[in-house]
Amino acid sequence: MPEMATILEVLFIIFKVVVVTMILFSLPLPLTWMERKIAAHIQVRLGPFRVGPHGVLQPFADMMKLMFKEDIIPYKADKRLFRIAPIISMVPVLAAFAVVPFGNDITIPFLNEEVSLYIADMDVAILYILAITGIGVYGIIFGGWASNSKYALLGGIRSTAQMISYELPMSLAAIGVVMITNSLSLVNIVNAQQGWHWNIIYQPLGFFIFFIASLAEINRIPFDLPEDEGTLAAGYHVEYSAMRFSFFMLTEYVAMVLASVLAVLLFFGGWNGPGFLPSIVWFVVKVSVFIYFFMWIRFTLPRYRYDQLMTIGWKILLPLSLFNVLITGFFLI
Amino acid sequence: MEQIFFFIFAVVAVGSAVAVVAFRNPVHSAISLMVCFFQVAALFILLRSPFLAAAQLFIYVGAVMVLFLFVVMVLDLGRASFDEPVFHRRIWGIVVVLGLFAEVVYLTLKGEPSHIKGPYVDGAMMNNTEVMGTLLYTKYIYPFEIVSILLLLALVGAIALTMNSKGE
Repeated sequence: MPEMATILEVLFIIFKVVVVTMILFSLPLPLTWMERKIAAHIQVRLGPFRVGPHGVLQPFADMMKLMFKEDIIPYKADKRLFRIAPIISMVPVLAAFAVVPFGNDITIPFLNEEVSLYIADMDVAILYILAITGIGVYGIIFGGWASNSKYALLGGIRSTAQMISYELPMSLAAIGVVMITNSLSLVNIVNAQQGWHWNIIYQPLGFFIFFIASLAEINRIPFDLPEDEGTLAAGYHVEYSAMRFSFFMLTEYVAMVLASVLAVLLFFGGWNGPGFLPSIVWFVVKVSVFIYFFMWIRFTLPRYRYDQLMTIGWKILLPLSLFNVLITGFFLI
Repeated sequence: MEQIFFFIFAVVAVGSAVAVVAFRNPVHSAISLMVCFFQVAALFILLRSPFLAAAQLFIYVGAVMVLFLFVVMVLDLGRASFDEPVFHRRIWGIVVVLGLFAEVVYLTLKGEPSHIKGPYVDGAMMNNTEVMGTLLYTKYIYPFEIVSILLLLALVGAIALTMNSKGE
């Protein structure tokens, strides 16, 4: 019979996993509403307004619609791969949150038990996140290939090239932070930024590169070439409908949250802030600001052409990120 | 507990490795290879080297396989390309497999795989990245440098091969 403390520990971990997963699955509901509202206000419209006050119930209506729609699988598709592709794209993004710390340790009132606000503090957390988010691209590739449609395949192929091109500068930008902190663990990286020593001050170029590369990694405008509706209809998910389509959408929103979370953890001091609010509140506030920023960009900038995308990735961001690593190294010596 | 996990990962790894050569469709083979890489990464974690596991995912699953798929999808390899006979490939295949098998049997009989080679202490496990970095830059600096130069040569070679004679 294992010790009581061990059982409690395992229970806490399971509880944390369930809570984080529930939050991540429900996040797209407010986020889609926010995105449509922000888009509307930027374009001087009202946006969703009919379902509920200010249209707040619109996402639920959309969800119902997506659930009850027919799940169409093209006749000539690779059926098994077509079915599994949305799940392949969704799982890695959710798995990345296993190592994301959300705040300082807190004490539960009645049990007197110290609880950490992360599922796991890995020795190689940042490497793990970068590696596992790179796997999400397979969902897009397989979805595009299995649909057996020209537009979808082109979307998938664009996505492969884009992911490889922007993964490099993104990782190299993160290396700058790792060099300063001397650790790959996200908890250590945040703890090293205590007292307003945020990495954005020491790594402005690193943040700039990281932000642009993460825009490309999560397929947001101005880099949403894989689903460029102007030339590719809807790109990789053109053949998808109903819940499988919504899995792709869910992935996109969770990926946006993950990109915001990473930017906050690596460059904006994580949960550090003025002491009058709990650490997790600061964390949520900062992440929300970034999410708003991503949406703002989406409705402000036009989309790049494909050759411009490649030029930015390989000829500008990659040399800049190498230069950043070099400069950081000089300063450390 | 750990043994159960080991057997799960090992069985899936071997199964997917067989699937790589058994599937007719090159894209399906590529997926099986990916699954195999994943299991190997999991085995690295069981061996207390999270850095190797992350690197395995990062490099093999994240980059190499994407390039593989890119080529496979763009070239649209049919079944026919697999029937191209290599000179005496069956004989050479059998020779190589038997040789590897003999090596594994010899090492197992000598007790080499189960023999612990390094310091297997908690400190070394937790600072896995640090330990690896220190070893690479001190004890194994020459092999490390040689591999780096080889990679650089391959890089330059790839560019030289794809460039035409006018230098464009």
